[in-house]
Amino acid sequence: MSIEWTTVADVIASVCMIGGAFLAFAAGVGVLRFPDLLSRMHAGTKPQVLGLVLVMIGLGLRIGPGPEAGALVLVVLFQLITAPVAAHMVGRAGYRTGKVRKDLLVVDELTIDQARADSAEPQNVAPPVPDNEQRPEPGARPGPGEKPDFD
Amino acid sequence: MSGWVVILCGALLAVGCLLAVVRIEKGPSMLDRTIALDIVVATMISAGALYAAVQKRADIVPILVALALVGFVASVTIARFAAVEPEGEGRVRTREEIAAEEAERLRRESAAGPSSDPEDQDGADRQGGAR
Repeated sequence: MSIEWTTVADVIASVCMIGGAFLAFAAGVGVLRFPDLLSRMHAGTKPQVLGLVLVMIGLGLRIGPGPEAGALVLVVLFQLITAPVAAHMVGRAGYRTGKVRKDLLVVDELTIDQARADSAEPQNVAPPVPDNEQRPEPGARPGPGEKPDFD
Repeated sequence: MSGWVVILCGALLAVGCLLAVVRIEKGPSMLDRTIALDIVVATMISAGALYAAVQKRADIVPILVALALVGFVASVTIARFAAVEPEGEGRVRTREEIAAEEAERLRRESAAGPSSDPEDQDGADRQGGAR
């Protein structure tokens, strides 16, 4: 029994295309119906990454191997690099301009951390240690209320 | 690919894009519109890929690469200049509301006298919280 491999590839490509298109549709519904900025961002991410991967797999199965298939990998790669940048900027701006609805959040660690940083007293900052004195052990855990420095 | 697959994919993409455009119109803030615009771009890439798959045209692929590369620029730019918007400020005004605002502005202008600068008066009530 011989299998028509182009037919198999076509069927898989069709399934992938339908999946990607459905994700785009789901993102449209989600962005319209969700109540606040972060939920809409969550809905909008689906066709940007998974939907695009599915559609590119479908297209790659359809046009076959070659330099264009490599370009399809590039499309996914660029989207994977740029989508987090955009999402980070939008989320940050949304939080700072008060567009995040606090009552819908289950965990809000940024607000807790900011409050802690604002209430940290200035004397918690360690004075500069002269060179001849005993330095604190490297890797010592920072005390409570003390912010670890990353340098 | 059989015909109904293409029709189904096209319909799903079109409806998704349309719903995102409705969100762009409704707002309520610039960032919501930005996210909806991102979805429109992703849908455009998917639609281009669908067209390329149907026609077996591999020369569409560079367009997809370009769209994937520059699609995020709009979001980053708008997010960089996002400001605190007063309630209702981000809404698209109807024609009647614009006319009413314009009449109010003209009335205030004539009440203040011809010496005042209309540019200044207009800007005074728009600057709420822009930081």
